[in-house]
Amino acid sequence: MKMIRSMVLVSGDVISLERGAEQVFQALQTAVQDFGLSDEVSVMMIGDVGRHDALPMVIVYPEAVVYGPVRPEDVRYLVEEHLYKGRIATDLLAPVRELSGRIAWVAARKGTLPAEQRIVLRRVGLINPDDIEEYILHDGYSALGKVLTEMTPNEVIEEIKKSGLRGRGGAGFPTGVKWSFVAREKSEKKYIICNADESEPGTFKDRIILEGDPHSIIEAMAIAGYAVGADEGYIYVRGEYLLAQERLRRAIEQAREMGFLGKNIFGTQFNFDIHIHTGAGAYICGEETALIESIEGKRGQPRSRPPFPTTYGLWGKPTVVNNVETLANVPPILLNGADWYRRFGTPSSPGTKVYTILGNVNVTGVIEVPMGITLREVISIYAKGMKGGAAFKLAQTGGSSGSLIPASLQDTPMDFDSYAKAGVALGSGALLICDENTCVVDLVKVLMNFFRKESCGKCNPCRIGTQRAYEIMCAIAEGRGKMEDLDHLLWLSENMYLLSNCGLGQTAGTPIKDMLKHFRAEVEAHIALQVCPTGVCKIKAFA
Amino acid sequence: MSPENNNHKQEKILAAVEAALERYGARREELIPILSDINRTLGYLPPEALNEVSKRLKEPHSQVMSVASFYQMLSTKPRGKHVVQFCESAPCHVVGGREVWEALQEHLHLEAGETSPDGQWTLVTVSCLGLCSVGPVIVVDEDVYGNVTPERVPEILARYR
Repeated sequence: MKMIRSMVLVSGDVISLERGAEQVFQALQTAVQDFGLSDEVSVMMIGDVGRHDALPMVIVYPEAVVYGPVRPEDVRYLVEEHLYKGRIATDLLAPVRELSGRIAWVAARKGTLPAEQRIVLRRVGLINPDDIEEYILHDGYSALGKVLTEMTPNEVIEEIKKSGLRGRGGAGFPTGVKWSFVAREKSEKKYIICNADESEPGTFKDRIILEGDPHSIIEAMAIAGYAVGADEGYIYVRGEYLLAQERLRRAIEQAREMGFLGKNIFGTQFNFDIHIHTGAGAYICGEETALIESIEGKRGQPRSRPPFPTTYGLWGKPTVVNNVETLANVPPILLNGADWYRRFGTPSSPGTKVYTILGNVNVTGVIEVPMGITLREVISIYAKGMKGGAAFKLAQTGGSSGSLIPASLQDTPMDFDSYAKAGVALGSGALLICDENTCVVDLVKVLMNFFRKESCGKCNPCRIGTQRAYEIMCAIAEGRGKMEDLDHLLWLSENMYLLSNCGLGQTAGTPIKDMLKHFRAEVEAHIALQVCPTGVCKIKAFA
Repeated sequence: MSPENNNHKQEKILAAVEAALERYGARREELIPILSDINRTLGYLPPEALNEVSKRLKEPHSQVMSVASFYQMLSTKPRGKHVVQFCESAPCHVVGGREVWEALQEHLHLEAGETSPDGQWTLVTVSCLGLCSVGPVIVVDEDVYGNVTPERVPEILARYR
């Protein structure tokens, strides 16, 4: 008889796969068999485990010991030590000393820092994303069942409104309000779109959710469909996310087979089905109207708004467009209630936020913590400090269009309203942390190059403004800048903000504005002294 | 090119278009998946393929071209046997991306967007690939490499020679 006492998980994200995770997985299966442990140990390949400092990782539960990086030739020893002899193979532990090889989110660590609060990611890394039964075993599809059999569409919307859930794509619009706009439209046909075109540099939280827990998005979309009266949904996945596409396709098929998608779901009158649409590489398609154009098979150029997608969306029908992370919050809210959800985060921004930590820090990866945590806490607790003991200089939140946060704002709570008050934006949750060796001119030059290339070219302020800003930043970086260029940059940034058609152009000038507000002296040194204080820009001195 | 060779090329293009239309259906809203599919099979979108798609979808050539030229993953120019994509976004840049880019250019003797004369390599810069915690990142064909250093560049490229 099978009595599983240990569960062994192998990280199966793209980087792990490139580094031989598949071979490690096979070696584990063989070794477990060789030691006669097949009836007590299960071996599974999972998605992204959320930590990327020692891939591929092998995690052994229930002890939650993390090994990594594990090579196929280490496997026999690991199995013999840990699973056969029952002692931790210390020399193979993942390198983060403070965690002593344990993963932060397991129940065993509750109450001790660095604990996370996982709502969106609660199943990621713990279940096999290709197996719908594991999802069901972990409360999967029970929110949909509850909603369809016990609640009216209006009650669902009211509960989401009461929870205070705000869009996690960057803008922070209240989700329940958006749903109610679509619900009140009188239309035969309505659509639910999941925006999984995650292209904001530094952001990969949605990929982790899609790869690790694809069914949660399917369940949430069906709930949204019931709430607003839609029977069809689209998931727009960016073309680069091949693994996420594959897992979503499989998940949709399984959901159809089990009757969670299709006709008369849970024996009710409710019908819902989902299609996947893949992008072909365009940052602008994350903008909701450009995304809709792209689903219709056109160039991904934003429409003029109003009318907003809630009244005139896909094929001209009322449409809800929600970000992946926003949707992943929906089933737990409906299962546990709005009051439960409001226990996390701050009063105006309830719940948790998934952040991606990158840059010059010791531990990069993804964390889910309550709204309102500070940047200093993220760096010192979760990122384990700056790499090589260097000093913190700035952080960029929310990808390319995000704000540059100087050290003086390190203690501002990270929630939508506190950040807005401080004049900065929280954005999508990317935290690019830069140390003292980063040149702000060089960084902003790279950002402007990004916007210049990704501008769709539809409206002039953005198409010309981003190109011009890039040219000026290049000139400053090469020591050809003039003092009046700085006024010109500010003027460009202001005009792009006021005159651009969509969010891309409106936010493209943000890094420029922040650079001149917080780091003006450094920029002026490039111009007046022909010196790059960090030595990054290659200025030919006294040429 | 000899006439037989030319015929052979034409047939290959038409077969690729046919397969894509078969898979997704000859409908306007499937234009992006259709073009992506042809691009994957042929490595790029030759003018003949765009003409055929335009005819079959009964969609003006200008419309098909406007989509084909918009998306970064679609190419209207021939590409090399292996395509090396380098992420030039800020998260990769601040953790050593610049040095990796210099190493790539040096080893391939190519600038951004160029294809080598022998048709072996195309080097392109791309925006974020969503693998930022393991930057700098490069992608060769469909294989992803993270934490790339300038020293690792020749070893990675050698796998494709």
